[in-house]
Amino acid sequence: MKPRELIVCRDVSLGYEGQSVLTHLDLTIRAGDYLCIVGDNGSGKSTLLRGLLGLLAPQQGEIWRAGELRRGAVGYLPQQTRAQRDFPATVSEVVLSGCLNGRGMRFFYSGAQKSRALMNMGKLGILELKDQCYRDLSGGQQQRVLLARALCAASSLLILDEPITGLDPAAAQDLYKILSYLNEKEGMAVVMVTHDLKTALRGARTVLHIGRSSYFCGTAADYLASPQGRRFREEEA
Amino acid sequence: MSILEMLSWPFMQRALIAGVLVSLCAALLGVSLVLKRYSMIGDGLSHVSFGALAVAVALGVTPLYFSIPVVILAAFLLLRMASRPHWNSDAAIAATSASALALGILVISRTTGMTTDVDNYMFGSVLAMTEADVYLSAGVCAAVLVLFILFYHKLFAVTFDESFSRATGLRVDRYNTLLAVLTALTIVLGMRMMGAMLISSLVIFPALTAMRLFKSFRGVVICAAASSVVCFCGGLTASWVWSTPVGASVVAANLALFLCACLLRALRRR
Repeated sequence: MKPRELIVCRDVSLGYEGQSVLTHLDLTIRAGDYLCIVGDNGSGKSTLLRGLLGLLAPQQGEIWRAGELRRGAVGYLPQQTRAQRDFPATVSEVVLSGCLNGRGMRFFYSGAQKSRALMNMGKLGILELKDQCYRDLSGGQQQRVLLARALCAASSLLILDEPITGLDPAAAQDLYKILSYLNEKEGMAVVMVTHDLKTALRGARTVLHIGRSSYFCGTAADYLASPQGRRFREEEA
Repeated sequence: MSILEMLSWPFMQRALIAGVLVSLCAALLGVSLVLKRYSMIGDGLSHVSFGALAVAVALGVTPLYFSIPVVILAAFLLLRMASRPHWNSDAAIAATSASALALGILVISRTTGMTTDVDNYMFGSVLAMTEADVYLSAGVCAAVLVLFILFYHKLFAVTFDESFSRATGLRVDRYNTLLAVLTALTIVLGMRMMGAMLISSLVIFPALTAMRLFKSFRGVVICAAASSVVCFCGGLTASWVWSTPVGASVVAANLALFLCACLLRALRRR
């Protein structure tokens, strides 16, 4: 039996103001999956993420999301904004904010939420940075903080939008290691949009390539053998 | 001696109470606005409230009843402009505020003429606060404080990262609207004392000062509120002692504290 489904897209078209960016996409994300979404700039990777997150309704078709995701339990790692780089907030303030979700009229954090935040900071090795200012951290540390926040929000699915942008190679390696760990040891499904094919393919089990007119969706090995993947390999060589 | 004398005047008492309340609200809201890069909205709103005030006087309506709804409407509009990614939003906001100002001046010049009234609207007057204003300020301030404390964590989340908050199901637009409406109310209330040209500094300066000194969001919020109140009291006293306009004196006090904070940070970094 296959693991349970988290998100199912059936014949989905997505876009803005009547213009479709993506058309007729079928995609299933299951518990424990590790999916890399690749494609050229402007091919609709970010649009697809917005659809998966439930922020953009499909123009056609259906995006089914598991009940827990509908309740806001999504671990999302968005691209960093300019405003965040000099934001005065401590690491624990940022991580705790992942415990909020739309449901419920609770105004303050409960003890359970606070210990959840501490646990996730410990898991990502940023517990000793707890009272440091977010803006004083290195890029890699900031990503860990945002990842800890995402873990507070969700227990089964992480969605990452170009997580290694602006990181040096060592910090990027580090991030991939954490993601592989979460995926293998904790059964966390990972969906990631990335430009960095080479390293990403090492961890990913499934690849979705969004091309101008066609999609490729299959295992990493199949992808490298496919026409789209071959083009990438030629570029590498 | 002279401070006691200052406080014995009823108009000074009113100015002090209303001013402290308004600067407290402005500082709390200002932290979020400045961090979200919405400082221009505060400035735009003050210009719109000048236009609304001029029109209200020309129509012979009680200024507050007319300008509060108009400015709240403008707050919605400006927020919509600022959140459009495809727009050149700061240009749109600048154009709106200049237009509102021009409209106000046109209306005044065709009706009462450019008198001291205009001067008072532009640069504020300590005599402007009536007893009704004090009650209204107290009401708005209480509302801002209660809402701010209740929604503190959610406002933090929305200020820090809108996309993440949206994905986890927070009603981001609702909090943005709340922020804009409360800012609009605060600006309308404070404008006649501080002046349309100067009120936005009450929103912006305390947050900037606090951001120089504190590393946590909570520290910044508390420091902004405290520095705003201190600067208002300092500015009001200075304006009494040297008979300078109150709005400009308060802004000068804020600027002085901001420069001190910059200096302190520079020293700490060495």
